[in-house]
Amino acid sequence: MTAAPEIGSARPRSEDARLITGRTNWTDNIQLPGLLHAAFLRSPVAHARITAIDVSQARERPGVVAVFTGADLADEQGSLPCAWPVTEDMVLPDHPPIAVSEVRYVGEPVAVVVARDRYAAADALEAIDVDYESLPAVLDMEEAIKEGADLVHADKGTNKSYEWVFAAGDIDAAFRDAPVVIERRYVQQRLIPSAMEPRAVVCSAVGDEYTLWSATQIPHILRLMLATVTGIPEHRLRVVAPDVGGGFGSKLQVYGEEVACLLLTKRLGRPIKWTESRSEGNATVHHGRDQIQRLSLAADSDGRIRGLKVDLLADMGAYLMLVTPGIPLLGAFMFNGIYKMDAYHFKCAGIFTTKTPTDAYRGAGRPEATYAIERLMDELASELSLDPLEVRRRNWIKHEEFPYETIAGLTYDSGNYEAATDKARQLFEYDKLRAEQADRRDRGDPVQLGIGVSTFTEMCGLAPSRVLGSLSYGAGGWEHASVRVLPSGKVEVVTGSSAHGQGHETAWAQITADRLGVPFEDVRVLHGDTAISPKGMDTYGSRSLAVGGVALYNACDKVIDKARRMAAHLLEADEHDVEFANGAFSVRGVPDQSRTLQEVSLAAFAAHDLPEGFEPSLDSDATHDPDNFSFPHGTHLCAAEVDTETGYVKIRSYVAVDDVGKVVNPLIVEGQVHGGLAQGIAQALYEEAVYDADGNLTTTTMADYLLPAASDLPTFTTDRTETPATTNPLGVKGVGEAGTIASTPAVVNAIVDALRPYGVNDVPMPCTPERVWRTLQGGGPEHSAQPGAGGGLGSAGGEA
Amino acid sequence: MIPGSFDYVRPATLDEAVAALRDAGDEGKVIAGGQSLLPLLRLRLAFPEVLIDVASVPELRGVRDEGSSLLVGAMTTHYEVLRDPLIRQHAPLVAAATSTVADPAVRHRGTFGGSLAHADPAGDLPAVVLAMDGVFVTSSREIPAAEFFADYLTSTLEPDEVLVGVRLPKSFAGWGFHYEKFHRTAQAWAIVGVACLVNRSGGEVAAARVALTNMGSTPVRASAVESAVSGGAADRDAFRAAAGSAAEGTSPPSDLHGSSDYRRHLATVLTARALSRAADV
Amino acid sequence: MPRVSIEVDGVKYDDDVEPRLLLAHYLRDRLGKVGTPIGCDTSNCGACTVLLDGISVKSCSVLAIQADGQDVTTIEGLGDGQGLHPLQRAFHEEHALQCGYCTPGMIMASLDLLRENPDPSDEEVREGLEGNLCRCTGYQNIVRAVKRAATDLRPSEQEATR
Repeated sequence: MTAAPEIGSARPRSEDARLITGRTNWTDNIQLPGLLHAAFLRSPVAHARITAIDVSQARERPGVVAVFTGADLADEQGSLPCAWPVTEDMVLPDHPPIAVSEVRYVGEPVAVVVARDRYAAADALEAIDVDYESLPAVLDMEEAIKEGADLVHADKGTNKSYEWVFAAGDIDAAFRDAPVVIERRYVQQRLIPSAMEPRAVVCSAVGDEYTLWSATQIPHILRLMLATVTGIPEHRLRVVAPDVGGGFGSKLQVYGEEVACLLLTKRLGRPIKWTESRSEGNATVHHGRDQIQRLSLAADSDGRIRGLKVDLLADMGAYLMLVTPGIPLLGAFMFNGIYKMDAYHFKCAGIFTTKTPTDAYRGAGRPEATYAIERLMDELASELSLDPLEVRRRNWIKHEEFPYETIAGLTYDSGNYEAATDKARQLFEYDKLRAEQADRRDRGDPVQLGIGVSTFTEMCGLAPSRVLGSLSYGAGGWEHASVRVLPSGKVEVVTGSSAHGQGHETAWAQITADRLGVPFEDVRVLHGDTAISPKGMDTYGSRSLAVGGVALYNACDKVIDKARRMAAHLLEADEHDVEFANGAFSVRGVPDQSRTLQEVSLAAFAAHDLPEGFEPSLDSDATHDPDNFSFPHGTHLCAAEVDTETGYVKIRSYVAVDDVGKVVNPLIVEGQVHGGLAQGIAQALYEEAVYDADGNLTTTTMADYLLPAASDLPTFTTDRTETPATTNPLGVKGVGEAGTIASTPAVVNAIVDALRPYGVNDVPMPCTPERVWRTLQGGGPEHSAQPGAGGGLGSAGGEA
Repeated sequence: MIPGSFDYVRPATLDEAVAALRDAGDEGKVIAGGQSLLPLLRLRLAFPEVLIDVASVPELRGVRDEGSSLLVGAMTTHYEVLRDPLIRQHAPLVAAATSTVADPAVRHRGTFGGSLAHADPAGDLPAVVLAMDGVFVTSSREIPAAEFFADYLTSTLEPDEVLVGVRLPKSFAGWGFHYEKFHRTAQAWAIVGVACLVNRSGGEVAAARVALTNMGSTPVRASAVESAVSGGAADRDAFRAAAGSAAEGTSPPSDLHGSSDYRRHLATVLTARALSRAADV
Repeated sequence: MPRVSIEVDGVKYDDDVEPRLLLAHYLRDRLGKVGTPIGCDTSNCGACTVLLDGISVKSCSVLAIQADGQDVTTIEGLGDGQGLHPLQRAFHEEHALQCGYCTPGMIMASLDLLRENPDPSDEEVREGLEGNLCRCTGYQNIVRAVKRAATDLRPSEQEATR
């Protein structure tokens, strides 16, 4: 009997078993004999010289074991790494894990206390005295690049880290005499990734063998980087990512606290734990987005796009962290979206400010690009009085035109924008909603209806090492998998991907079960520990399935190839006559003589009688490095009700039709889309990291940085079309970021669409009620962002 | 984060509580449900030396019928308020506003008296008690609502005074009521809130009470609106016209979620809506 | 240090505690009940939700000393020790979790929600879980799971299907 295929099955996840019962292994759960607790004293000012630090009182506090300043560790703490020098002349400032002489953002560590418990450590911070000599805060990117501006890094003589240009086609010709030119300035606000699990680190040493547990997305990269920074040899350092409570890019980082914990363990010879608080994390986990976009789009009068000019200022924050400078450049190849055009010019400058460093946040460069082009397409439609879907249809790459080399130089291998759009339009009841919109406009209803469109694509499966190399990225983008067939026939899969909520333990077992013909329950997936999974490139950029999943697929094939040889030997047949199906080998034409994979595995393990030159066991491994990215796409439609009296926006319905290629587990895919939508919608409506005029972050708690709760979000309608990727044998594309990338412009387009009769053509994000209302007043969309009294700190609207 | 150190006492009687507060001088702080206080302690924005937990003081618990009024014990949790039949019958506006406070788990711990004594103008209950002309009953005296809220997070309670409960008149029986809360997300504080009671007599408004949340450093009564609607028609146009003066005399804050100007505007829109809902027109 | 007596998941503990010790830290650091995580400082996220004398509270906003003499149920005390509680099963089957960090609090809050309202609408589930933030799921499958568990838990329907 043939078992139902695992690939494509909506199997509930096996990792849930520990997560729903509280048996999870979060980093903060780890207890070790003699464990000490670290707490960091952080800069309360945006920019200052440290003129004196007195830690003597803190050292005397009960329970305190040691206190170190940056100066105490200066000889060994090194500089936090930036692995992506995007240009040869990029300005790369020194970035000590604990500040030594100058602080450049609120929250930057200046000293660390090590104590017997977390309470004693927190108390001792109060006893450290730091003298700061104030330096000017640098907060506005456009001001920061002016002649004579105050500098973040005075020794560098500039606030500009780099300028990076990409050009294709004759941009001047495209704009010359263009019947339609649309120019806009959009701002991608600064966001705080807000994974539910705060960062945590535990470090221990036995002799000169170090183990570091961290709530990280990147145990493999972290190991290499920590070895480089601290001088602890890589082979003496084991990094473990236990259960990790979400990342969204924020745990794709090498943090100063990780370096410090390792150094303190080395110095003190004692295990050390550090767990951040949320308010500490809001100020110090790297932030996302923060980009000023100046855009020009030239088109013909029929709506055909001629050219696109993109000029970006990207806020790096105070320092360049692991991939900070490269994030906006991941968007460089995506501003053209799914559209054809004659010319494209992209320029990006990375700017230093005295704010928390930025880096990857879900989508990383691609949401910014998608937002820009999808907002511009709506503006173009409005300019030409065309339906926004029609103007897109006139420009998008037609299904029969794939594979298609875009103006940005990428080859989109596959896609079917027509099919996704047709399906979305139908599910959304597009025409019916347009009729209701017209009716509300006619009636002058104070609550107007808007319809927002987003037909997006993204590049996933980061990434072909060759391409990364050409972009000066400091590593490759391959992924590794090994498959171990145990003597009993059970299977262990080791993956270099490092799941932190994605469900790899289930999806990888599904792939393995199908390929090897073994029961799903017989497969166990191991990951997230450099001692177990010796090589890998970890999890980010929607790459795990399209790169790591394919590596696993290839490793399974190697197991079968090896087993086939062993089976032929056992069956006394020619290898070429041995077939493999449903977990068993048989000789073609002699189906009654067969050997199961388990039998073959046991024989290969016993090694009593092996074919000539055959090494015992069926274990195999494979490394996959894709030739190309993968390109998920989809059509998202959002209906929003806008209360013109208050500015309040309510999402009435949201339809997402995504094409992520072949699907291994539809349950997981749908979950990824839901969560992505929530984050993208939250950028459009709720979230913003706000700094005051002195450079203090005012959104330090969840009471101020507004994350949507269940009642703030609609019920989504999700569906799929399936156009397999042609660049990998699984036909998969990736789904981790699709929802986030697509939804932000869909929501803002809906809001602007609702308000077009009032002469509105933009509302800045997040589209708070006040901003919407102010835009309607014509008084400019600017929003008061002064912190002050009233509903600030405190509980969730909670009262004693 | 982690609170600084403090001592903790749990008096068994009101007299013991007052004595404990007196002993602590300026360094004592009453903890009721702790749902506002504990976050402040954890963020190290407050450093009391002694917490006086009044959870075991029996006089502070429950809702009592006093004939022409209700006495809502200060330690009655929001959860208990919402389930209390006397509140539902005689003070449904209190229940309506309480149901918008924070979330279920916080309402299980947070108390009626605690949220009032916290005197946060962004809290939902102060405006309600102000609209109802409630009377604050303390360990030593009675304070009318209009005199209870002194400033941002400051009441007129003396350092050694314990809030026992709040007396709410039953005189609003039969009045229409509504609490209109405007906030950005479910968890966010009210940018503006409007507590409203309307006594209709046929097509007219016999009397109305309107008080505003987060329109100043204390909750404020919209007296101009009250007099403008009283005796007038109970219809939306009249309410909209009257609500135009809702922000009169207020000095609302500017913060992350809304500017002062915007709050003034919202007060007029939301007051009109609250009046309409309360009057059921 | 004052002494407290608290029953947690059926086991009685007597301990000396600092008055400032948060119930969440008492559970995690003193008792090793690490199934209850902590996600914020301000009682917004709800990850630390437990039942205190049968009703939901955020254990980061309760002092251990305030829980003296009371009974705490955490995610680890749910179910009968053998099988899963219907809510745990529903969260699994409806894929109502991804990273799982909010899940203990979300399940405990859902338990309280269903105690109050055994047959909630979608909207009532969303409102009832307002105090619990999830960054992964967009909440849709959580709503589905709670409604599924509600059906499983309602005696009338169980009888009707017998």
